[in-house]
Amino acid sequence: MGEAVRAYMLTAGMWMRSTMTYRLSFALTFFGNIVLTSLDFVAILIMFAHVEALGGFSVAEVGLLYGTTSFSLSVAHVLTGELHEVGSRIRDGSLDVMFVRPVPVLVQLAADRFALRRLGRAAQGLAVLGWSLPQLDVDWTPWRVALLVTMLLSGAAIFMAIYVLGAVFQFYAQDAAEVQNSFTYGGSTLLQYPPTIFGRELVQGVTFVVPLAFVNWIPTMRLLGRDDPLGLPGFVDFLSPAVAAALLLVAGLAWRAALGTYRSTGS
Amino acid sequence: MGEALIEVRDLEKVFHVRRRAGRWRRTREEVRAVDGISFTVDRGSMVGYIGPNGAGKSTTIKMLTGILTPSGGRLRVAGIDPARERTRLARRIGVVFGQRTTLWWDLPLRDSYALVRRLYRVEEARFRANMERCVELLDLAELLPVPVRQLSLGQRMRGDIAAALLHDPEVLYLDEPTIGLDVISKAKVRTFLRDLNKELGTTVLLTTHDLSDIEQLCSRVMVIDHGRLMYDGGLAGLREIGDGERTLVVDLERELPPIEVPGARTVRVEGPRQWLAFPASASAAPLVAAVAAGHPVADLSLREPDIEDVIARMYVRGAAGAPEVV
Repeated sequence: MGEAVRAYMLTAGMWMRSTMTYRLSFALTFFGNIVLTSLDFVAILIMFAHVEALGGFSVAEVGLLYGTTSFSLSVAHVLTGELHEVGSRIRDGSLDVMFVRPVPVLVQLAADRFALRRLGRAAQGLAVLGWSLPQLDVDWTPWRVALLVTMLLSGAAIFMAIYVLGAVFQFYAQDAAEVQNSFTYGGSTLLQYPPTIFGRELVQGVTFVVPLAFVNWIPTMRLLGRDDPLGLPGFVDFLSPAVAAALLLVAGLAWRAALGTYRSTGS
Repeated sequence: MGEALIEVRDLEKVFHVRRRAGRWRRTREEVRAVDGISFTVDRGSMVGYIGPNGAGKSTTIKMLTGILTPSGGRLRVAGIDPARERTRLARRIGVVFGQRTTLWWDLPLRDSYALVRRLYRVEEARFRANMERCVELLDLAELLPVPVRQLSLGQRMRGDIAAALLHDPEVLYLDEPTIGLDVISKAKVRTFLRDLNKELGTTVLLTTHDLSDIEQLCSRVMVIDHGRLMYDGGLAGLREIGDGERTLVVDLERELPPIEVPGARTVRVEGPRQWLAFPASASAAPLVAAVAAGHPVADLSLREPDIEDVIARMYVRGAAGAPEVV
């Protein structure tokens, strides 16, 4: 484990240094990222100019949902986003090279082309959080602060596990990078809105099948003092870290199995 | 001779290919890419691994390096099972793929090496010594600040070979190391590999299409076809099996009718130049003497039989139902 983290940091560090040789380009893409993703939230603000509440949620409450999922996805994207490329690496054969280095393939793949500029979205997520938190009617006890922080971290871990599972899927269907997008970007877009506006079946699906609801929906209901839409027992609100750990374990095992069935390319 | 570094016993790799058969139906077909191969490679030897496209060469190399998991058989490299302990094995082997780089495409060569050093935990002193050796012998000094994507194929190949050797691997695998290289680059690579094997005792296993690679580098050849080992032995033995003939190329002072000498036949005449074929097992000396005695000779050269012909002949024999070579 320590060895893997070390290798990740080495590789990521090398890429950071190499991108930092073009500082202007880094600054432009970083802030470009912020501006672009901000338009996203502007759309939500415009919507709230016409309605008081969405599914019973105020604009600040939607901001909380938006900020948390945006931050979590962005952190996962920075750390493991490159896994998205595994399909094309399988096709062009460059994945082979990662097998002959003394570092786990997953670590090399995740750290490859490490790009801090992807944090632009996380910065924007935090900005939205900073804007909405003071407007919320929540008593910030240490417990609630801890819940918020574990929610952000567990959310990132859940998205990372989904990146890994998406990569596993590409071992079997190499053109399926878009499937992963539908769970990461698609999932994140879903989580920006209150669960009350979606159908019960969909909410059940993202709770029990692909547990995206644990990224922010379920713990947020506890923070805001609302009932969760499925009426699950109270302790479920605190399960995000456990769900994240379980999902990471499943993803890790699936990844190992996928590597064992790897077929490489022709030559 | 020495201690066995690579041990392969009844190695198999079976791929399942799904094919469409009709609108909905799909049939599963078995492709035996490697079909029961056994061999050992001693420490310090230099072995060529050849065969036509799709014979199973690369598949074997990929199992030896831990990229592919074997479907059956036993496989040990330096006592390690590649599929189970891939990362431990990786510290002890070097791999060069002719078709793709193991370097980081966008990083300057120098940065790639620095990263390799840290990933493999190569000591500073050893790294510096290995770098010096590679930079000098592979002519890399001017390429170090250049990003890998800007290197020519020959430069990139030299860069790759250096990268594979910085951690002093016990065995170096080269998959088509001279593919697409020009004559000068090829010569550089070959000389380097020969010295590496001689001076550091690194075991080298290479696959190639270019038989002159094997002729110039390897004392032992393994020929694979349809996933099976067809021949394993010395280069000379391979020639004998193929009923090879050597050719004496004679440049006469003027155009003459075909030379007639015992023990050889003239196969081609082109102006003053004539080609005389004789059995590979016979000595060239009496033939040269006989030709020189009766003809005004300007120049002579001897051409070894082409292994490509030999192998082609071996395949023909194999297909005709002749006893297998191994």
